[in-house]
Amino acid sequence: MNTPSKYDPLKARKKRRKIIHGINISICVIIAAMFAIMFLTPIILTVTNSFMGASEISSNYGSVFARSEKGGRVFISEKVNLKFIPDMVSGSQYLTVLFKSPDYLFKFWNSVILVVPIVGFQLFVALLAAYGFTRYRGRIREIIFFGYIILTLMPYQVTLVPNFLVSNWLGIIDTRWAIWLPGIFSPFAVYLLTKNMRKIPSSFIEAAKIDGAGEWQIFSKICAPLCKGALCSVAILIFIDYWNMVEQPIILLSDEALHPLSVFLSKINSGEIGLAFAVATIYMIPSLLIFLYGEDYLVEGITFQSGIKG
Amino acid sequence: MRTTKELTGKATKFTKKSKRSSRWFLTPSFLGVFIFFVLPFFVVIYYSMVNNPIAHEFVFLDNFAKVARNGAFQRAVRNTAVFSAISVPLAVVLSLLLAVVLNQRLPFHSQFRTAFLSPMMVPVASIVLIWQVLFHYNGAVNDLIVNLGGDKIDWLKSDKAIFVIVILFLWKNLGYNMIMFMAALGNLPTDLIEVAELESANKWQIFVHIKLRYMSSTILFVTIMSLISSFKVFREVYLLTEDHPVENIYLLQHFMNNMFGNLDYQKLSSAAIYMSLAMIVIIGVLFAIENHFGKDVEE
Repeated sequence: MNTPSKYDPLKARKKRRKIIHGINISICVIIAAMFAIMFLTPIILTVTNSFMGASEISSNYGSVFARSEKGGRVFISEKVNLKFIPDMVSGSQYLTVLFKSPDYLFKFWNSVILVVPIVGFQLFVALLAAYGFTRYRGRIREIIFFGYIILTLMPYQVTLVPNFLVSNWLGIIDTRWAIWLPGIFSPFAVYLLTKNMRKIPSSFIEAAKIDGAGEWQIFSKICAPLCKGALCSVAILIFIDYWNMVEQPIILLSDEALHPLSVFLSKINSGEIGLAFAVATIYMIPSLLIFLYGEDYLVEGITFQSGIKG
Repeated sequence: MRTTKELTGKATKFTKKSKRSSRWFLTPSFLGVFIFFVLPFFVVIYYSMVNNPIAHEFVFLDNFAKVARNGAFQRAVRNTAVFSAISVPLAVVLSLLLAVVLNQRLPFHSQFRTAFLSPMMVPVASIVLIWQVLFHYNGAVNDLIVNLGGDKIDWLKSDKAIFVIVILFLWKNLGYNMIMFMAALGNLPTDLIEVAELESANKWQIFVHIKLRYMSSTILFVTIMSLISSFKVFREVYLLTEDHPVENIYLLQHFMNNMFGNLDYQKLSSAAIYMSLAMIVIIGVLFAIENHFGKDVEE
């Protein structure tokens, strides 16, 4: 009955489980690695190609960007040679962009000057509004808040028409104000900040009240600092959205001199494709830096969005 | 000793005061939203019902009928619908797969997360160049196809263009969806799963009956968000093909852009209202189903 057998079913089962688990994990790693490569390749290619000399670019990719039948003979290879690593690493593209053709830097500056005020002021206006939605929750305010949520979800096909009409009346069309003002008052940040501020225990606020703090003090000394994390998350989300903007400038700014780099990059002409990768890389840098610095905030912000039901 | 009446009386006084004083905090945002979004939207409704902005003759639904009969509008709606129908299910399923995979406590877990999220942060304009190199007629993808013995496809200038856009859309949006799914996977009721394991349910059963069941509201939410972002894919199309897209990637926003170009307020307004009605239906479904599921699955 009690003879010790070499075959221990429990142990064997454990061992089998361990093997299956190992196989599972390695399959998962392979899937994840495949996706990771797919996701990263375009980014890495853009960066590495930005270190090619202009002639290498046009000989490799010339056929892609040459606008045909424009007159003039261009000797380029028919085939595209996609390369991970340039034959000759050179910073000549960057030198040209930075020192010789200021056009791109102007456009980059356009992007900065359009995006930074929107991020800053939208956060400020939204933080104030979030406080308003937090301190008192009456029926009317809940209805307004619901309206904000619906407005946040509306795509550009809906919101750009009203924006266009107002900009036209105010006479700010074709000026930066046409992008700034709707951006600053966009309800996007209000929802996330309100949800975050409502999590602050009301005892904090009551305690401050008893100590004689006014509304502004409660807002600036208690509620705003406690929303720091959410502010970072929302700032990142707003930044990506506007750094990437295409729809608003092509409709609201007919003056191409004001266009941000996000629009201008696609219009790069075939003569300058040597620069395109360098410009593209420069344009990525701010958002990638923010990403590396604030990935956790970004994740938090997205997670927070997923509980939209309130 | 204070009576409860006194206490509650004081409380209402408190809230009334805070109601009045906190109103000022709401004012800037509310005025801005009202002036830039709400008020002009009423004008949009008005414009959609008059024959032209000078004569202001009331024509009720004529403009809507005109837009609905417009060939370009029909094509734009059809293409947008086809694009959403292809890309949204893929975006949901693939991101769920990624979330489940990442949730297995993989080695390099956080590096993988960074890799999956990075496309979201890269501006589309920066990446379009490489996309053109990859999918050009003589590009890298066709090279690969030829090497594998296939025929070249003119990706960007044929009806295959929609697949390029779908890939670009997935590339950009999977990370975002994945994060939402990962949050939901982290919030699953562990005790329920342990019980199921004790009852010797297999992994697949646990996944379908418990995990998916408890994530149903997240799945719905991700679906709706993907649907909304699929309406925004114009950005990618515009940067890839500029103003001259192939017929089957002529999207609603292209139609709107043309109308902006002609300053055709009637068509613009009617199209915007069609779109907003569709959005209201979509959002209504979101809230209705979420209420339904919220009652069913107590968290």
